Amino acid sequence: MKYIITPLLTILLLYPAIAQDIPERPVPPRLVNDMAGFFSPDKVVQLEKKLVWFNQQTSTQIAIVTVKDLQGYDISDFAFRLGDKWGVGQKGFNNGIVILIKPKTPGEKGKIFIATGYGLEAVVPDAIAKRIVEVEILPEFRKNNYYKGIDNAINTLFSLTKGEFSPKEYAQKTSQNEAPAFGIGGFFLLIILFSIFGRLQRARHYSVGHSVPFWTAMFLAGSARPRGGGFSSFSSGSGSFGGFGGFGGGGFGGGGAGGSW
Amino acid sequence: MKKKLKKYLIFMLVPFITSCGYNTMVTLDEGISSQWAQVENAYQRRADLIPNLVNTVKGYADFEKETLTQVIEARSKATSINIDPGNITPEAISQFQNAQAGLSSALSRLMVVVERYPELKANQNFLELQAQLEGTENRIAVERRKFNEATRQYNTYIRKFPKNIVAGIFGFDKKTYFEAEEKAKEVPKVEF
Repeated sequence: MKYIITPLLTILLLYPAIAQDIPERPVPPRLVNDMAGFFSPDKVVQLEKKLVWFNQQTSTQIAIVTVKDLQGYDISDFAFRLGDKWGVGQKGFNNGIVILIKPKTPGEKGKIFIATGYGLEAVVPDAIAKRIVEVEILPEFRKNNYYKGIDNAINTLFSLTKGEFSPKEYAQKTSQNEAPAFGIGGFFLLIILFSIFGRLQRARHYSVGHSVPFWTAMFLAGSARPRGGGFSSFSSGSGSFGGFGGFGGGGFGGGGAGGSW
Repeated sequence: MKKKLKKYLIFMLVPFITSCGYNTMVTLDEGISSQWAQVENAYQRRADLIPNLVNTVKGYADFEKETLTQVIEARSKATSINIDPGNITPEAISQFQNAQAGLSSALSRLMVVVERYPELKANQNFLELQAQLEGTENRIAVERRKFNEATRQYNTYIRKFPKNIVAGIFGFDKKTYFEAEEKAKEVPKVEF
């Protein structure tokens, strides 16, 4: 028995030595790993809560990691290796994101990289990741609003991964050339059109079913409450706050983008 | 009696151990093949990006015809070479590598030339393409690393005793690594 255990132990002991430079998976598992002391402790707790909640809702795992030293790696390479090693995201879905930050030091620029797992490359394409970095994160970072920058970014990532808006819509929203007035005007126009259309349908339904004149029915329908339909209320989750269950074993293939400040 | 039993047990265990080794070799070998497919995907992704990139640059820097033609030529050369994942030979890899390195250097020359056109650099479409191009280069690096890791795992496995005997009998040969592109790492020279 001894002969089996000894080589096994040696392997186990040697293994970390091979990949020593990439930090070990945190125990107990955490989504926010502020190894460089980049955020204040209360913000770390706040971010962790938010990300754990999102993980419970959607199974998408967003890990925020800050390190003092990149050990000679490119920040992108470091992020992919870390994501693979920790297994951020679910196995099979590969729906993990690693936001890696190397804070600014007197001699060196600060660096940030958003690495997307295989499964999220379509919903957060590289160009969009780049834009999140340039539009949401870096302007705030330059003003030393580190928490705000990251909070903005994860809100956008939440919406993108949940499919609330498509990468294209996000691109349009954040590009300066687009006139916002049309967007809002168009939106209201759509609402008006839809409400008229809805009334017409209901009116037709009434006037046929109840032998009421069409226009009368139309007024009636307008004051009636819509049955079902409308906005489906946001499900507020289970409510239990069990904490983070651990990384799922997702993989990374080189998607994402970064920047420096 | 006890000695005899021990001998008998060992004899019984031999085919069991070797057959396990064989199956693992097959699994590792297949792992390399599928990882190679990922490597080619990443390169293909880069090739797919180029027509769009060339068109965008054309609009702003039409007189850089030579650089653009070089990129297009290098692209068609690179996409013409594909390796059968089941038959990855050192020659095939170096051929593939050379073609892709040609495209890498043509692309980096283009990116240096682009520095002269501030209008192009401010173009939203171009910025996006640039981010995508960086992304494909990252993907290539990651998939190559994973391919080399899979190859290393396989090579280490088949060379260990006693599996090397099994590997020899069934023709599991050492596989080639995908070395870093030397040419691509050189900084391109541009004469102004």
